[in-house]
Amino acid sequence: MAELANDSASRPNSGVKITLRRLFRSPGAVLGLIIVSLFLFISAAASYIAPHDYDLANFAMARRPPGAEHWFGNDEIGRDIFSRLLHGARLSLNVGLISVGIGLTVGTPLGLISGYFGGIIDMLIMRLIDIMLAFPSILLAILMVAIFGPSLQNAMIAIGIVSIPVYARLVRSSTLSVKEDLFVEASRGMGANHFRILLWHILPNTLAPIVVQSTLQIAAAIQASAALGFLGLGAPPDVPEWGNMLQKGRTYMISAPHIVVFPGLATLFVVLGFNLLGDGLRDALDPRLSR
Amino acid sequence: MTTYILRRLLYAIPVLIGASFLVFISIRWVPGDPAVAIAGETATPELIAQIRQDMGLNEPLLVQYGIYLRRMFQGDMGNSVRSRLPVTDEIALRLPRTLQLASMSLLVAAAIGIPIGVLSATRANTWIDGGSMIFALLGVSMPIFWLGLMLIVLFAVTLPRWLGLNEPILPPTGTGTWKHMVLPTIALAANSMAIQARMTRACMLEVLRADYIRTARSKGLVERTVIYSHALRNALVPIVTIVGLQFGTLLGGAVLTETVFAWPGIGRLLIDAISFRDYPVIQGTVLVITLGFVLVNLLVDVLYAYLDPRIHYS
Repeated sequence: MAELANDSASRPNSGVKITLRRLFRSPGAVLGLIIVSLFLFISAAASYIAPHDYDLANFAMARRPPGAEHWFGNDEIGRDIFSRLLHGARLSLNVGLISVGIGLTVGTPLGLISGYFGGIIDMLIMRLIDIMLAFPSILLAILMVAIFGPSLQNAMIAIGIVSIPVYARLVRSSTLSVKEDLFVEASRGMGANHFRILLWHILPNTLAPIVVQSTLQIAAAIQASAALGFLGLGAPPDVPEWGNMLQKGRTYMISAPHIVVFPGLATLFVVLGFNLLGDGLRDALDPRLSR
Repeated sequence: MTTYILRRLLYAIPVLIGASFLVFISIRWVPGDPAVAIAGETATPELIAQIRQDMGLNEPLLVQYGIYLRRMFQGDMGNSVRSRLPVTDEIALRLPRTLQLASMSLLVAAAIGIPIGVLSATRANTWIDGGSMIFALLGVSMPIFWLGLMLIVLFAVTLPRWLGLNEPILPPTGTGTWKHMVLPTIALAANSMAIQARMTRACMLEVLRADYIRTARSKGLVERTVIYSHALRNALVPIVTIVGLQFGTLLGGAVLTETVFAWPGIGRLLIDAISFRDYPVIQGTVLVITLGFVLVNLLVDVLYAYLDPRIHYS
């Protein structure tokens, strides 16, 4: 018995080790991890590492190209683009985390309940999800922001709501396959109630796909938030959100292309980082899917 | 097969009703009076009263939805606040432009994405595979509106300057000639092309592991026959599905591309409508795009059942 307990206690740990070993063996995943770590560091330390005040306008420097003093040049009213990008990283991280948080906290229980109980509850939840999936996701987000008014907060909520169906479906399909397993039946036989079974036995077994999906979803959220910002449906004009910077800089892109080059590149790299990491995690967690 | 198609059609009905209800109810969430939202801030009290009457705003919500649906079936989506023209006319004028852009992008994306995926799978784990997949991942991660902006800078500013030309190599905005199509098509297609390349590679790898491929090879067939006649034909079923589903996504993506290139399609109509708080147009465009999305997905499902003889839907 003691051996058994010992065995089961060591298993998750070794699982994590194996996954990490596989993850570090993939150059793409490592690159993704480096980009994501850098992004997290910049988001945390933006105020300390930004060389200039991100909000300080200097009309004499307006639209100056990149140089020694201002690495990425100056924007349409002379603010330092590099410093604005660093501060914008924090906003992008917020959007990614909050919207994924919304998708997770609403979508996961829906998927668990739907898959576990089946029947009419499953049907109702899934039809609701189908209705949400009837909209192209960016369109649903645009509609919500158009109705509730453009703001960064509404953009985050909209992007989060749009991701609910993704989580609900994912968790439902994992639940369906796990709930028939012997350990669930054993736990039921020992008198565990539905809540306990769902929380302690089924949820942990759906975590791997959730982790992968969340990594990819952060990428999608950052991309969507930049898109909403670009359409003028995100943060207020002065906020250094990357999509916003692209929208403001667009007017001057013929005479000063650097204003739009750098915010776009930043978005591209961060999204690429999360995508690489997500792909790597998927391959590491489910070796059947890897090359 | 017929039963399956019929059932799939029936199944689309509640989804459409639900989606239209969501669009219908959205206007009621706008802070303030929906009649004022629909008539515009500058509307006369008479017009607002008229709209209240038309929409049945004093009736219960479900009755209002009934009125909304009935008018929708008659092709009446109300009038634009901005132009005072019927929303149906505004959409009819611009929808062909969006369809043109989306279909062209889909063709380009498939014509490039699928061969890249096949090449990648048949040369799995070589530098060709690695290079193609980096290219594809860049395509997936690229914000399409930014790609659009970069294409404009490249073809309208940088390249002409290098070549000593006085005019853009390709027109950055507007419509008219085939040249106007090139940049918006590339921008819209990039994402979809990358997704198709990745999916094609995955499907091909799956098929290439199958027993009948080993049999075909051991029969002594040349590699090209094995890949194109045996593997690709079998992988095509899921690939066609993905290509089809991309069309719906392209309709959504058109909102961004049309804004960048000032392309007079339904996506740009939507964004303009949002900035003027033109709610009837917002509702109409979202509903039409969603309808297109649902119908395309439905068509793809049916096509899938038709293409794959192994699937028997009863």
